[in-house]
Amino acid sequence: MGEVINAKVTNIVVAGLGGQGALKASDIVADAAVRTGLDVKKSEVHGMSQRGGSVSSDVRLGARVFSPMVPPGEADFLVVLSADQVEVNRWQLRPGGTLISPGVIPENALRSKRSLNVALLGALSAALAIPVDHWHAAIRAQLPEKLHAANLEAFAVGRSARV
Amino acid sequence: MKSPERLLLSGDEAVALAARDAGIALGTGYPGTPSTEILERFATLGGRAQWAPNEKVAMEVAIGAAFTGARALVTMKHVGLNVAADPFFTAAYTGVSGALLIVSADDPGMASSQNEQDNRRYAVAAGIPMLEPSDSQEAYDFAVLAVDLSARWKIPVLLRMTTRVCHSKTLVEARRSTAQPAPEPFFERDVAARVMIPAYARPAHRKLRRKLEDLAAWNEAEGPNQVSSGDGKLGVIASGISYMHVREAAPQAAVLKLGMTHPLPIRKVREFAATVERLLVIEEGDPYLVESLRAAGIAVESAPGMYRFGELNVGRVRRILANDVTPEAAPPPGQPPELCPGCPHRTVFTALRNLDCIVAGDIGCYTLGVLPPFNALDTCVCMGAGITIGLGMRHMLPPEQARRVVSVIGDSTFIHSGITGLVEMVYNPPSTGHLVIILDNGTTAMTGMQEHPGTGRSLDHHRAGKVIIEDLVRALGIHNIRVLDPTRDPAAFQHLVAESLASGELSLIIARRDCLLATSKIKSYEIAIQEACLG
Repeated sequence: MGEVINAKVTNIVVAGLGGQGALKASDIVADAAVRTGLDVKKSEVHGMSQRGGSVSSDVRLGARVFSPMVPPGEADFLVVLSADQVEVNRWQLRPGGTLISPGVIPENALRSKRSLNVALLGALSAALAIPVDHWHAAIRAQLPEKLHAANLEAFAVGRSARV
Repeated sequence: MKSPERLLLSGDEAVALAARDAGIALGTGYPGTPSTEILERFATLGGRAQWAPNEKVAMEVAIGAAFTGARALVTMKHVGLNVAADPFFTAAYTGVSGALLIVSADDPGMASSQNEQDNRRYAVAAGIPMLEPSDSQEAYDFAVLAVDLSARWKIPVLLRMTTRVCHSKTLVEARRSTAQPAPEPFFERDVAARVMIPAYARPAHRKLRRKLEDLAAWNEAEGPNQVSSGDGKLGVIASGISYMHVREAAPQAAVLKLGMTHPLPIRKVREFAATVERLLVIEEGDPYLVESLRAAGIAVESAPGMYRFGELNVGRVRRILANDVTPEAAPPPGQPPELCPGCPHRTVFTALRNLDCIVAGDIGCYTLGVLPPFNALDTCVCMGAGITIGLGMRHMLPPEQARRVVSVIGDSTFIHSGITGLVEMVYNPPSTGHLVIILDNGTTAMTGMQEHPGTGRSLDHHRAGKVIIEDLVRALGIHNIRVLDPTRDPAAFQHLVAESLASGELSLIIARRDCLLATSKIKSYEIAIQEACLG
């Protein structure tokens, strides 16, 4: 297990293109974090997200979080859902921060490409001290029931991936 | 006592919850990012919520409701308050007998807007008290407080939010309101308060100023303003989201967070000023606090002018604290949004580009027609202006250019403020004629597919009265009306546009095809309506 969550705020940025589920992924991260009892803030700008443009969402967790936005260049984790969005978002990552991009998921490991967002959260989860039960509960709470099985499986694929 | 549940809510969702808890009997508004979700969530929570054709109508309906003793809510984005400004100003004079909560959702940085006006100026201009939440908990608390203040002082109250507060999700404990249960609405004649002829408006203005004096005294004594103590060297005054950035960027600073920013608690600010060596105001947008505090004789330092533009964040606040005026690094540009593949607007803009039209555009998804590959939009100012700016250009341009001018406007935008533009066209027709294309995709697509009077469905997608756009237009006296799906035969559509332009008459084309993203939703709403009728 990686980073221990303590008084320090953990900064996560989820980025992608509109329609890829970046915002949904950040909802799941935030939901899982809330279940730990931590302070959580999540921020993104809506509006253009359904028209294919770049989308990014910030999630911050810690004992007390003030600004909802990850300060530029201070993301501990950058989760990118689309390989071509890695470079435009790299500036958000702090030196030594962890990039989680589609390449970490083995090819053909997912039943559906639609669950790539949740698979990448699986990879993220391995580095965060949030109990796996909270992740599972968050996935169930944030997605319609018919998608639970596929996404829980995708999460497991990501969780065992090598970041 | 069991502690209340912690909910992760957006600011908009928190306002909706507060509206329910504070006894709001009617919520109305017009969709506009970042305000749209308030009424949608209020409806989900069981509140009575409805979309109005525009913000002026919404404001007036809400004022009327609040005249009956009911508690009303009206929501809009910042530019919506421009549309609603007329009733807004005079409602400050009339006051209300119930309560009126007005939400203005500003968009500093223009994530999805045509300007970044700072509506705190409106509170001052109209003489309306204003609260500024900094997170979702405060969005909840201040919305409840605003209703209480409105009911107590019989005055509308403005809850001024910003994109980051509306759309960020933070934890909320919904403490049920201490507000008294809302009274049963009834009519009580009070012409001196409600009929703003000069003889009644003059004393009403004086009464408003007295209310604001009382409110200022209340704000000094018990307003939602907080001091976090620091090391005595640096003191910062902030409101709204700026407060959060400041606490993070300057943990050692004393911070005075102003929750109620009109009328300002000047004495409280003066007392705070006396406790620190350096006093700085950090605010997003206009230097409203800076100017007000300086006018009151309080010496405050302001951020360099470059920080007036765009949103603030922790990084920018650190720069302000360091008085850093070196150029800021722009983040790499991401992929811009575009019209969806298969969007019916694509066919229209392809035709307009092929015909080398001068296109007076409007507010909606179709504003994206300005970008490649279409490059087929020449103006976009505000809701409804597509029609009227097109007319103004037609009047003045030499005929060979005037004949190329086309106005495009969406269905929801047409209902919002395009109708009066058509009245103008009939009344003052350009000598070369004109062509208006209504891009009717059956929804308010840009803000997330809300209903409007042209869809025939209510905010919560049930059957409602339907405005038939072609019937309305015909009734105005426009005779060349064509209704068609442009995607069925793009060449024929282009031919029709060319023919209409060449005719020199007043023509109107309704390019009707449902938004791709909305099609399945519309189908499911209609099936549900059919089932309800049969059941």
